[in-house]
Amino acid sequence: MTRYLAGRLLGLVTVLFVTSFVVFGSVRLAPGDPVSFLLHGRPATPEAMAALRAQYHLDDPLPVQYAKWLGDVLHGDFGRSAQFHQDVGSLIGSRLPGTALLVGYAALLVGVLGVTAGLLAALRPGPVDRAVLLGTGVATATPSFVSAMALVSLFSVQLGWFPGPGGTPEGFADRLYHLTLPAFALALTFAGLLARVTRSAMLDELGRDHVEVARARGVAQRAVVRRHVLRNALGPVVTVGGTMLAGLLISTSIVETAFDVSGIGSLLVQSVTAKDFAVVQAITLLSVAAFVVVNLAVDLLAPVIDPRLSLRGEGSS
Amino acid sequence: MTTTATPAAGTPDTLRRRPGLRALRVLGQGPMFTAAVVVLTALVLVAVLAPVLAPHDPESLDLSASLVGTSGDHFLGTDQSGRDVLSRLIHGARTGLFGPLLVVGVSTLLGTLLGVVAAWRGGWADTVLSRSMDLVFALPGLLLAILLVAVVGSGMTAPVIAMAVAYTPYVGRLVRSIARQEKARPYIESYRVQGWSGWTICLRHLLPNIAPTVLAQSAMNFGYALMDLAALSFLGFGVQPPTADWGAMINEGQSALQQGAMLPALAPSACIVLAVVAFGIVGEGLADRIAKRER
Repeated sequence: MTRYLAGRLLGLVTVLFVTSFVVFGSVRLAPGDPVSFLLHGRPATPEAMAALRAQYHLDDPLPVQYAKWLGDVLHGDFGRSAQFHQDVGSLIGSRLPGTALLVGYAALLVGVLGVTAGLLAALRPGPVDRAVLLGTGVATATPSFVSAMALVSLFSVQLGWFPGPGGTPEGFADRLYHLTLPAFALALTFAGLLARVTRSAMLDELGRDHVEVARARGVAQRAVVRRHVLRNALGPVVTVGGTMLAGLLISTSIVETAFDVSGIGSLLVQSVTAKDFAVVQAITLLSVAAFVVVNLAVDLLAPVIDPRLSLRGEGSS
Repeated sequence: MTTTATPAAGTPDTLRRRPGLRALRVLGQGPMFTAAVVVLTALVLVAVLAPVLAPHDPESLDLSASLVGTSGDHFLGTDQSGRDVLSRLIHGARTGLFGPLLVVGVSTLLGTLLGVVAAWRGGWADTVLSRSMDLVFALPGLLLAILLVAVVGSGMTAPVIAMAVAYTPYVGRLVRSIARQEKARPYIESYRVQGWSGWTICLRHLLPNIAPTVLAQSAMNFGYALMDLAALSFLGFGVQPPTADWGAMINEGQSALQQGAMLPALAPSACIVLAVVAFGIVGEGLADRIAKRER
């Protein structure tokens, strides 16, 4: 187990190291002089140019530039945003709550909708099952920005139940209300898949011998499902659900842009458009880090939730 | 116990990494498969024959006819700039299919090459190639594409390159694993004994045997790539206006949507879902057929 853990951690560090190199090197990939790329049309005052040269350590040889840049990043210094004239770290910090709330809300919806639909399909064969299969099939093929358009047109424009994109919410309850449509748009694709995973895990367990034995002993259906089926089916549901959290972190930039939510994702899109490269670098690096860390955490936690997995976890490392 | 009690560990890569089109599996049989093939054929025909089929010029502006509803002249109405929505949809099938075609073509070729070399050579070549593919696989493709757009600017080039790189391990890891199984079969050894070179055996015998599985995976990847590239165009990073593209049309149709004009945004949305569902059903259907044949 220790060996497996060490291997996985080494893999994580490698991914992060390579990502940092790609993110750092991307400035060099850009055609022309890095300073004019980083300025991108903003007034080239001597102070601005000197600030950029200092921020990216452009006067040093390349390996030193990278080492210094990485050192800054590890100390939380991502430079200054050209667009907002603000420290990138604090800029991201100010946008973080919006994204955290949206992703948390969406994750909750994925869990509730996905597991409920999956249980329904597994326990009610026939028309209910078929309806869930069809619904989840379409949901998984619908990208979040398409869900966004459909939800806005139905629940905001037609019915007027929820506010459309934009608007300034006041207070926490109003904020949640404004985030309802975005959270659904973000959640639907993932909920569809989780429903499928729940359904097949439940069906696998329902067909087991020990379930048959419990039934033969006269245990009530409810108790059989709760004690013998659900608990065993939970492992894969939690594992797949966990990896979805990483997916939600990436898709959030699309949903935030579609609904004009102030968060990390919409900040990334704005910064690409405005050529605010320091912000783009910081968000890319942090998002990749969050993505791989979440995936690793899920892989490591899976055997804790479902001890049957640990037998294979070590072998397949 | 090992085969059935460990569903999570046995979950396929693509399913673990993203909301999978594998959910379309149950639909991938019988009449649905046929219907999906018909839809895809129709899409390709529409894309090829777009200039003939489109009733209007997809880029001709007519601000006096902004957001006209459905009529005999404009079957699906017009968008904010008075452009015919149907004609833009028809032309949008071109960019909608061409981008993913490039992504899938490059990633399939590159992935197959890397996968076969890794499986055939084994040893350190396998270690290096597998680790590199794992590394790329661990990175989210959409973010790579956004970073590349930030460097080289908007347009189809950056998204297509980034996505081709991001999808290569999807193919490469699959090819490596099935090529290793194939390599262990007696027929390969018998060709070797007959003195055939590794290249000849790979090209003439190994590749044809793994091709159907790779094709099924590529059909699924086509659906994913279509979604990803449409998402980038929706963000304004991919196909640039005024070129007709489904993702870009949804972006442009957002403000009209809030004024109550649904079609400019919802019609391309429907096209994207239809195409992705069709590719998913065909990919799953092919994979199922191969599994049945091998049993």
